[in-house]
Amino acid sequence: MYKIIKKENLAKNIDRFYIKALLIARKAGAGQFVVIRINERGERIPLTIADYSRDKGIISLVSMRVGKTTALLSSLKKGDAIMDIVGPLGNASEIKNFGKVICVGGGVGIAAILPIVRELKEAGNYVISIIGARSKGLLILKKSMEQTSDELYVCSDDGSMGYHGFVTNFLKEYLEKNTGSKKSKKTAIARVIAVGPAPMMASVAKVTRPFNLKTIVSLNSIMVDGTGMCGSCRVEVGGKTKFVCVDGPEFDAHDVNFDLLLSRQKVYCSHEKECMGIYEKQCKLR
Amino acid sequence: MTKKKSSKKHKVEKILRVAMPEQNPKERIKNFDEVNLGYNQKDALREASRCLQCKNPRCIEGCPAEIDIKSFIGLIQKKKFDEALEKIRECNSLPAVCGRVCPQEDQCEKTCILGIKDKPVAIGNLERFVADREREREARGIQKCAWSEVTKKCTKERIAVIGSGPAGLTCGAELARLGYQVTIFEALHEPGGVLVYGIPEFRLPKEIVKKEIEYLKHLGVKIEVNMVIGKTLTIDELFDKGFKVVFISTGAGLPYFMSIPGENLNGVYSANEYLTRSNLMKAYKFPECDTPIIRGERVAVIGGGNVALDSARTAKRLGAEHVYLIYRRSEKEMPARDEEVEHARAEGIEFNLLANPVEILGKDGWVNKIRCIRMKLGEPDDSGRRRPIPIKGSEFNIKVDVVIMAIGQGPNPVLTSTIPKLKLNESGNIKADIETGKTNVKGVFAGGDIVTGAATVILAIGAGKKAAAAIDEYIRTGVW
Repeated sequence: MYKIIKKENLAKNIDRFYIKALLIARKAGAGQFVVIRINERGERIPLTIADYSRDKGIISLVSMRVGKTTALLSSLKKGDAIMDIVGPLGNASEIKNFGKVICVGGGVGIAAILPIVRELKEAGNYVISIIGARSKGLLILKKSMEQTSDELYVCSDDGSMGYHGFVTNFLKEYLEKNTGSKKSKKTAIARVIAVGPAPMMASVAKVTRPFNLKTIVSLNSIMVDGTGMCGSCRVEVGGKTKFVCVDGPEFDAHDVNFDLLLSRQKVYCSHEKECMGIYEKQCKLR
Repeated sequence: MTKKKSSKKHKVEKILRVAMPEQNPKERIKNFDEVNLGYNQKDALREASRCLQCKNPRCIEGCPAEIDIKSFIGLIQKKKFDEALEKIRECNSLPAVCGRVCPQEDQCEKTCILGIKDKPVAIGNLERFVADREREREARGIQKCAWSEVTKKCTKERIAVIGSGPAGLTCGAELARLGYQVTIFEALHEPGGVLVYGIPEFRLPKEIVKKEIEYLKHLGVKIEVNMVIGKTLTIDELFDKGFKVVFISTGAGLPYFMSIPGENLNGVYSANEYLTRSNLMKAYKFPECDTPIIRGERVAVIGGGNVALDSARTAKRLGAEHVYLIYRRSEKEMPARDEEVEHARAEGIEFNLLANPVEILGKDGWVNKIRCIRMKLGEPDDSGRRRPIPIKGSEFNIKVDVVIMAIGQGPNPVLTSTIPKLKLNESGNIKADIETGKTNVKGVFAGGDIVTGAATVILAIGAGKKAAAAIDEYIRTGVW
């Protein structure tokens, strides 16, 4: 059992949990994830490690309430425990001094990009962060991102905060403005790292491709074991089948078949609805 | 008077092998309860009475775990059932498992003398009977297991076992018996390895695995779940923590695909995923349990081994109208157990033999057809089986909504890739001495599927036993 020692509400339906997990905290790196199972009948889902404190033995996870498992998670309080957590899984982000790096975070993906920004900064990079959400009330971790990044740009789909539009629109404009010469399409940016919903990452890849700009995305596919055993998370990268859990989760965005990723993410849509419907009914009865 | 007469008749009459009672096929395809119902005491005594108690029993030679089969059947003949079970446990800590899933027909029963002119003694069924008897009597409150509340104290050196499948459980149990402090590390949330994620409930109920693992705990074995060695802890850290030896038994956990077009369509599963969802995650109980699984109406399973048949029979129980088993050779070459093949046929699995998929077709991201080619058998290949050759122009389509790839599993590199000095073969299996399990790294032993490639439960048990003996010797002598 893994005890929740603190819970914070970051935005509507988005919570941050601080969890005692000594061994995982000791090994965790930016970009890695854990697989959790909440109770005996629960499913196993992957969640990115949002933060970790090695000496305190604590990891933090950020989760948005979307289906039954995340709803169950959000119903847990300080002092409750999660039955199983295993990790850290997947490969850690490649952290080097690249120079100038743009980090793009969308929705809950901001929680995953934050530790990457921090480690990039520690490695001596100049980090420009672009974060966005549907509206002001749904934007998370703005303050932490501000403190960690050299430049921070905030976007909202409805214009209630910062730039009115998607992070990808802003990114496109930013790259166009900051490109040395229009012809060579060269930019001073060394790489882009994007974490967010799959459509956002697909669109980031589309934006950066004409600039020939190395772009890394962290893929969020469906998993069961998270250790390469089942192949549920398989994606196509550069025409080859890869397992997100062990070969990723980060891949070169320009090689990823996003259509396949998006399609495979929807395999259990009807099951999820059914499960959530039953759960909500049960909650009401209580 | 009548009694006397019947006993006289009994002596003359040849006793036929007692058939294993089974759930009716029409009923069982609607549930996940065990197919084989097990012998009752009368059946067991009758079957045991067939054993000739040979002077030089050949059955034991056929058993990779070298169980003293003659003695345990002799004890059953004398109605000493507890002693019979203890006799098996001297050599095998998983009797209820092995009695169910071992391919006895290729091992102990193959070498049974009775088998020359008649059917061999049903050794597996008898092994299962004595193991089940103990568990059932305890469950019914008739008899408490002698061991149930005692945990033995182990004081010798600490041993780490990685992976809690049959090889790891056996090695751990054997070492604990010798007094070593054993910790088994398991990556999943439940111990048992392939016994819990792979083999379905209807062939091996999970309660039985649980009970066998409880027995190990009584021997003093500690089990830590949710531990991915190589990630959560490294091998070096295990040595730093004071473990003197590490035994790697991580199995064959990497699913193979065919590399044909369409394999990533929705509705295409590896057998590993399909079975893990259904067995470990209990997706067959969805939505009572949260893990979903696609319940296809027309399911194709590719492969001819036990994993393929387990997948096919699971699909049937999940409600599929048609389950096609597509295998590239003929039934004779199928690596699956005869019993599984018979059960599958009785359950209405449709065998499509001498056929091989060439492409999976789909619509809107979902599989809807599988394209296969007819095969014929040529000359024997390296495996000794006749090589399947495609027949040009014989392609045909089958309408399906789920495809399960059960063409084999390889070694999972998550652990081995973190030990660069560890020698592997070309397929990624650990190079280890087959008799001792010794690898090229001092203090590191390996056994089971991670060494041999995907094989059987009993071979893994045999490897676990041999390694335990070698580990004991290494610790006592210090000689590598």
